[in-house]
Amino acid sequence: MNKTKILLNGLIKENPTFVLLLGMCPTLGTTTSAMGGLGMGLSTLFVLICSNVVISMVKNIIPDKVRIPAFIVIIATFVTILQLCMQAYVPELYATLGLFIPLIVVNCILLGRAEAFAAKHTPFESFFDGLGIGLGFTVALTLLGSVREFLGTGHIFGLSIYPEEYGSLIFILAPGAFIALGFLIAIIHTFKTR
Amino acid sequence: MLWSLTLITAIAGGLLGYTNQLTEEPIAKAEKASREKAIQQVLPAYDNSPIDEQLTYTVHNEFGETETTIYPAKKDGKLAGAAVECSNNTGYGGEIRIIVGFEADGTIKDYQVLKHQETPGLGAKMGDWFRTDKNKQSIIGKSPAETNFHVTKDSGDIDAITAATITSRAFLGAVRTAYTAYTESMKGGEDHE
Repeated sequence: MNKTKILLNGLIKENPTFVLLLGMCPTLGTTTSAMGGLGMGLSTLFVLICSNVVISMVKNIIPDKVRIPAFIVIIATFVTILQLCMQAYVPELYATLGLFIPLIVVNCILLGRAEAFAAKHTPFESFFDGLGIGLGFTVALTLLGSVREFLGTGHIFGLSIYPEEYGSLIFILAPGAFIALGFLIAIIHTFKTR
Repeated sequence: MLWSLTLITAIAGGLLGYTNQLTEEPIAKAEKASREKAIQQVLPAYDNSPIDEQLTYTVHNEFGETETTIYPAKKDGKLAGAAVECSNNTGYGGEIRIIVGFEADGTIKDYQVLKHQETPGLGAKMGDWFRTDKNKQSIIGKSPAETNFHVTKDSGDIDAITAATITSRAFLGAVRTAYTAYTESMKGGEDHE
């Protein structure tokens, strides 16, 4: 497989949010604003690339029976490193996202890619798979966050588009996340099948 | 099987220990800086060092026992006000930790939210909501001695955040606790002098 194909596969064909519908918990939880979605997407992108590369490097020394615990340990290590670094060097971002960072460990995208891709491919290919899926996740979360923020508060990335009074609160709340996600999936599906 | 898992966990443990050591100091520094900034922002003009003169005070009220930290601000040796750091556990997402700055007469100068886990876009708006001068939202320039620091729904004088009454109640509860800490401790402190 060449790397462009792997990259596009994660970004469009197997987009984790819009096509595979994986990792719904952080998706719905952090997309109340475009910034939150972008931050969560980039954090996941970092962990996904690191875990994918490392798992594909050590796949031969891990016996099949203990591969899941081994994968989880590797993923959790990178998540904790990310959390500590964010806390130390970007405290402002950590203040808004901190609560959701530990959740990356149980994000099924990471374990899913480890199982389905990294455990069967070279570190080089796994790197591009992590990049593609991670970018796909980031784009999806930023898009969903922008839509929810726009409809809910009239802002996008904190920039006021229309007065807040006209926003409908439901899009900030959990039900609005499902509604917005459903419509986005429908729109994207229509374009893809055309 | 055993050795490979042991090896992986050992390497992971080592890596984490190293990162922890590396980031321990910057984290402590960042936390201290944000606290100092918050204190500076909420206090009236002072020429002492509020952090060095901090004291703790336990408040007993409807929320049970609350530990508070008081940073007194002095100007020319006279008490100019104080910043009170306290928390309230009845928020929608648990603990809300705030710091409130009082003028000498108990009027609220400013406040900062230090820590919370409220819903983004709803309760999380408390950082701006209670300083926006609109209807009965703002608490700046008001004193809990004259104004009823409860949400209007509970027949108080402060407008709750739209769709986040629980957060608003907890926030105002924390402000009341801070005010109690300020008045009680400062009264006690002046008696000693």
